[in-house]
Amino acid sequence: MSLLSVRDLSVKFAMRDHSVTALKGIDFDLAKGERLGIVGESGAGKSITGFALMNLLSRPGFIDQGKILFQGKDIVHMSDAEMRTIRGNRMAMIFQDPMVTLNPVLTIGQQMVETLKAHRKLSKSDAEQIAIMKLRQVYIPSPEERLNQYPHELSGGMRQRIVIAIALLLDPELIIADEPTTALDVTIQADIMELLLELCQSSKVGLILITHDLGVVSQMTDRTLVMYAGKIIESGRTSEIINDPQHPYTQGLINALPQQTEPGRRLKQIPGNMPSLTGIPDGCAFSPRCEFATDQCRITPPEIVQYEHVAVACHEVNRLHHVTSKGLDK
Amino acid sequence: MSNFSTNVEASRFSRMWNSNMGYSFRRNPVAVVSLCIFAAIALMAIFAPLIAPFDPYDLSQIDIMNSEYPPVWIDGADKQFLFGTDDQGRDLWSTILYGTRLSLLIGLCAVTLQAFLGISIGLISGYVGGRLDSLLMRMADIQLSFSTLMVAIIFLAVTQAMFGSETFNQYAIYFLIAVIGVSEWPQYARTVRATVLAEKKKEYVDSARVLGFGPMRIMVRHILPNSLSPIFVISTVQVANAIISEASLSFLGLGMPPSQPSLGSLISSGFDYIFSGSWWITAIPGVILVVLVLVINLLGDWMRDVLNPKLYKG
Repeated sequence: MSLLSVRDLSVKFAMRDHSVTALKGIDFDLAKGERLGIVGESGAGKSITGFALMNLLSRPGFIDQGKILFQGKDIVHMSDAEMRTIRGNRMAMIFQDPMVTLNPVLTIGQQMVETLKAHRKLSKSDAEQIAIMKLRQVYIPSPEERLNQYPHELSGGMRQRIVIAIALLLDPELIIADEPTTALDVTIQADIMELLLELCQSSKVGLILITHDLGVVSQMTDRTLVMYAGKIIESGRTSEIINDPQHPYTQGLINALPQQTEPGRRLKQIPGNMPSLTGIPDGCAFSPRCEFATDQCRITPPEIVQYEHVAVACHEVNRLHHVTSKGLDK
Repeated sequence: MSNFSTNVEASRFSRMWNSNMGYSFRRNPVAVVSLCIFAAIALMAIFAPLIAPFDPYDLSQIDIMNSEYPPVWIDGADKQFLFGTDDQGRDLWSTILYGTRLSLLIGLCAVTLQAFLGISIGLISGYVGGRLDSLLMRMADIQLSFSTLMVAIIFLAVTQAMFGSETFNQYAIYFLIAVIGVSEWPQYARTVRATVLAEKKKEYVDSARVLGFGPMRIMVRHILPNSLSPIFVISTVQVANAIISEASLSFLGLGMPPSQPSLGSLISSGFDYIFSGSWWITAIPGVILVVLVLVINLLGDWMRDVLNPKLYKG
């Protein structure tokens, strides 16, 4: 049984007199200890997916339909009290900016002890022992002293390590990391990612890594979902997707990486912008920006088809593959 | 002074003394003087039974023949009575000490009640939002559209008529606390609600929800401690206001009875004699009241400047 399976999940946002669809037909599975990357531009619905998995969407967002089975139980219809026993305990989340995710007026120790005591019956000193152990796991020097410090006394990298330690505090089965290194210094980003990878591997924790950095995804994850305008447009093993992307959008993303361009040339960016949720075009949402789009693309939305080793939502994938592989042959 | 090692065992006091707030306090003579005066008045009030030469509540110590002695620096004074005596022959100094005690007590208790009501309502209103928020805030608007004194006067006059002045005088202090406390809660509720609305959007609240904390715990443990600075600031202003309200009500004869005078009822009782030359019965408690309210307000001003990051001058 997979740890998490999402079936036909759709999320909507209520507007004054109608609602807009932010996520549509999201389907994926995550095995125990598996690491999954979710990539896409800003506004593709990556973070919304993360929040939906925690059942933490706040108004005006709501889960319209679909199932989120976590260890076989549907969390969409769980009561708030039931859900609270899962959040933080079985499922943890790491946010983007460690400067603002820690409570500024509580010491590190207070925050960690509080988290432990909210889920387990523990004495304060036992909880502190666990906290110190977890801080040591994330390579915080002299953890005993850190417990009495406030978040503002620590550096950004240190804080993100503490956020990770708090996420690991109750030995969850799944960690959802929403762009965990975006707000950090480039030199520290690699450290934090390495740490996250090490911890997930050593304790068999499932990881959902939400990011727009394809480089990070290729190092960290087993499988990847590429999202565009609230839909999954390509999914499969990370190595397949990075090395042989099928969807023109994924190809565009990979071609846009600075490494793919010769020095001194302009970056090959994808023309245009992500459509806003109120104006998603008919047919394939990517069609207005796609150089291969046909009339069919602009009328009917593509089904997800299995192509080679990946699942991809594109009408033209056969032709496209033909064209690009020919292009490569030359 | 070049000690950069973090001393974890630093006491709470030295931590406060060395904080930004402590520094700005030391650099601000107005704040220092205000705090000293406030502390002196508070200590005098707390230790009134020890300091006061007479017990103004003890009828056996009062002699009507001693009435209206002037303060010692004026001719015709009795050396026993430092600030003279009032119309009933009570030592004014002792009566002021006991009166300050009552005024401060009523002020602090009323503000505690206000704060409790206002903070709870403000937290719930801001955190829950929606219809409940609108309902509670309209209630606050309605409450605010009555002036505090008007509500208090009506309430106290009605209770006085209902229970008779005998019973009323006995429980006057509770009535005063209740009426001042209840009529001013919207001040707190509005301020707290506004800060909660700002704090609620911050990511540490999301991360608290992600960690599986319930709404009660998030409100009390996470949002409330982050909203404390405006609460501190309005608390000082509210204490001063409550003391003034109490004095006004007592002056109007709706507060503390003459047998247990607060500063307000002392001022009021002396007011009848002000034209017969016994100005000190009104003037001395009046000065104390003004000084007390002034230093509290000055402290509040200083605190507002320090706690407001927009006015932060480094």
